[in-house]
Amino acid sequence: MALLEAINPLLSAGWQKGGHEWRLENDTGWRLKDYEARGGYQSLKKILAGKMSPDDVINEVKKSVLRGRGGAGFPTGLKWSFMPKAAPEKYIVCNTDEGEPGTFKDRDIQRFDPHAIIEGMIIAAYAVGAGRGYNYIHGEIYELYQRFEQALDEARAAGYLGQNILGAGFDFELFAHHGWGAYICGEESALLESIEGKKGQPRFKPPFPANVGLYGKPTTINNTESFASIPFIFRIGGESFLDLGKPNNGGTKLYSVSGHVNRPGNFEVPMGTPFARLLEMAGGMRGGRKLKAVIPGGSSAPVLPADVMMDCTMDYDSIAKAGSMLGSGAVIVMDETTCMVKALERLSYFYYEESCGQCTPCREGTGWMYKVIHRIEHGEGRPEDLALLDRLTINIMGRTICALGDAASMPVQSFVKHFRNEFEYHIENKKCLVPPDVQRAGSSFFTRNMGQA
Amino acid sequence: MLSEATLGKIDREVAKYPAAQKQSAVMAALAFAQDELGWLSKDAIAAVAGYLDMPAIAAYEVASFYNMYDLAPVGKYKLTVCTNLPCALSGGVHAAEYLKNKLGIDFNETTADGRFTLKEGECMGACGDAPVMLVNNKRMHCFMTPDEIDKLLGECK
Repeated sequence: MALLEAINPLLSAGWQKGGHEWRLENDTGWRLKDYEARGGYQSLKKILAGKMSPDDVINEVKKSVLRGRGGAGFPTGLKWSFMPKAAPEKYIVCNTDEGEPGTFKDRDIQRFDPHAIIEGMIIAAYAVGAGRGYNYIHGEIYELYQRFEQALDEARAAGYLGQNILGAGFDFELFAHHGWGAYICGEESALLESIEGKKGQPRFKPPFPANVGLYGKPTTINNTESFASIPFIFRIGGESFLDLGKPNNGGTKLYSVSGHVNRPGNFEVPMGTPFARLLEMAGGMRGGRKLKAVIPGGSSAPVLPADVMMDCTMDYDSIAKAGSMLGSGAVIVMDETTCMVKALERLSYFYYEESCGQCTPCREGTGWMYKVIHRIEHGEGRPEDLALLDRLTINIMGRTICALGDAASMPVQSFVKHFRNEFEYHIENKKCLVPPDVQRAGSSFFTRNMGQA
Repeated sequence: MLSEATLGKIDREVAKYPAAQKQSAVMAALAFAQDELGWLSKDAIAAVAGYLDMPAIAAYEVASFYNMYDLAPVGKYKLTVCTNLPCALSGGVHAAEYLKNKLGIDFNETTADGRFTLKEGECMGACGDAPVMLVNNKRMHCFMTPDEIDKLLGECK
């Protein structure tokens, strides 16, 4: 299959080539008229005009095997089917609190295709019977929050939102909620707390949001890319969407490639595309240097060494089999100039900084892990430190309300497992295996090669 | 304490939520208050809480939880640089060092003339555009090489 022909015309066409002008004021193509010209809102019209039942809509999404694009990979159609039918007040929430290091796909969807998100949310609302929805937008992308507000105004004026949508007797109101800088709000129940005007601390589950969600009402919460994939599913049909990918891994997916490549950016490819092909699309290794390691699914996913990664295809099952997870599809590429201890030190600091402080194992454990990794990196490591780190991760994992504790532990376990010799070298020799000037030069400013290869 | 203009903006946010859920507007309201006053004093937080009919401590919990609220005065321009791993692989740390040298301050410090405050940021979700900086929480700048940083500093009068 020709990869570039396979991309979703309603999603990333025109901007998925990795490399774009960063100033938002110069963007074109995100307005309602542009989206409609690409076939936008046709899926919604088809569903409403054809009087497709909500159950049929959910079944079509099930057939597509669209799996949650935020990281967990849970089948979207199945999630929708959990919503109680009879409840009078239900909500749809979009999770655009994209703050997992390495992930920047939802920002580009917000930027270039805000109407794909809106159309996807309207279809979801129709399917689960929700009358109101919120898109929770990451605090750091204020300009795109403003753009989304403008897109909502356009959709309201065109009759896609509000009362009696397209004359089909279906009502749905949609609003944007702007975050203000908290990684934990990407966790769905923390996000709901945040919309309620509280600290973003995750809730115990069960009950799950489908039963007790926003304001205690049944709520479906999906990732931005999941919603943005919905209009395309109804354009080509659920089975055709599934066929674009591979069995159990439906459709195309956006991968955010960052780190030591020549052309960092977002690339939409079918599920099951070989990693080697994705690396090639991202322009290959910077300076022709050697690939050392890849984090294939955002900073929480276990790191994989180069040789393991080169044998993987980019889908949930292949990456899981290799011992990591596809997560949000954030591919962080590291070359031979990277010190793995230093890389892990920075990630550990992040989790320490972002732990919400609710559960003791995570609150204390993330700080403890950072302290130990920091002292190894700074030449003060002790021979017993690697065993200590291992024990710490075991005592955090599975003992917290949400997955942040696990997310902080998996990088530690995998870095130490796959690059143990580097950690041991640091502890024994009080210095790094990779000379500091080589590290500095390898991760210096980089003027990237724009446009398509 | 808050101007009519700010209260009007808060009202527009309140209207997004069900009538019994005014508290949902607290994040936006605190951000508007910070825009107007420069930072959030306890009095400012209490004023926001009073306007939304919620306890002051509940608003304070929110203000102290989210990273971009300033609970102490900051410079006229708050520059936040991401140094997280993906950015660090493409010059994020170099950009932060360049700024520290240029401004003569460390993270969490403000220049003597009160013009700049420097902050170390966490992931802004723009890793492909590294180095990334945020100005006053709202304007994102990408691909910040030394030349671009100089240009930006020049624009911050």
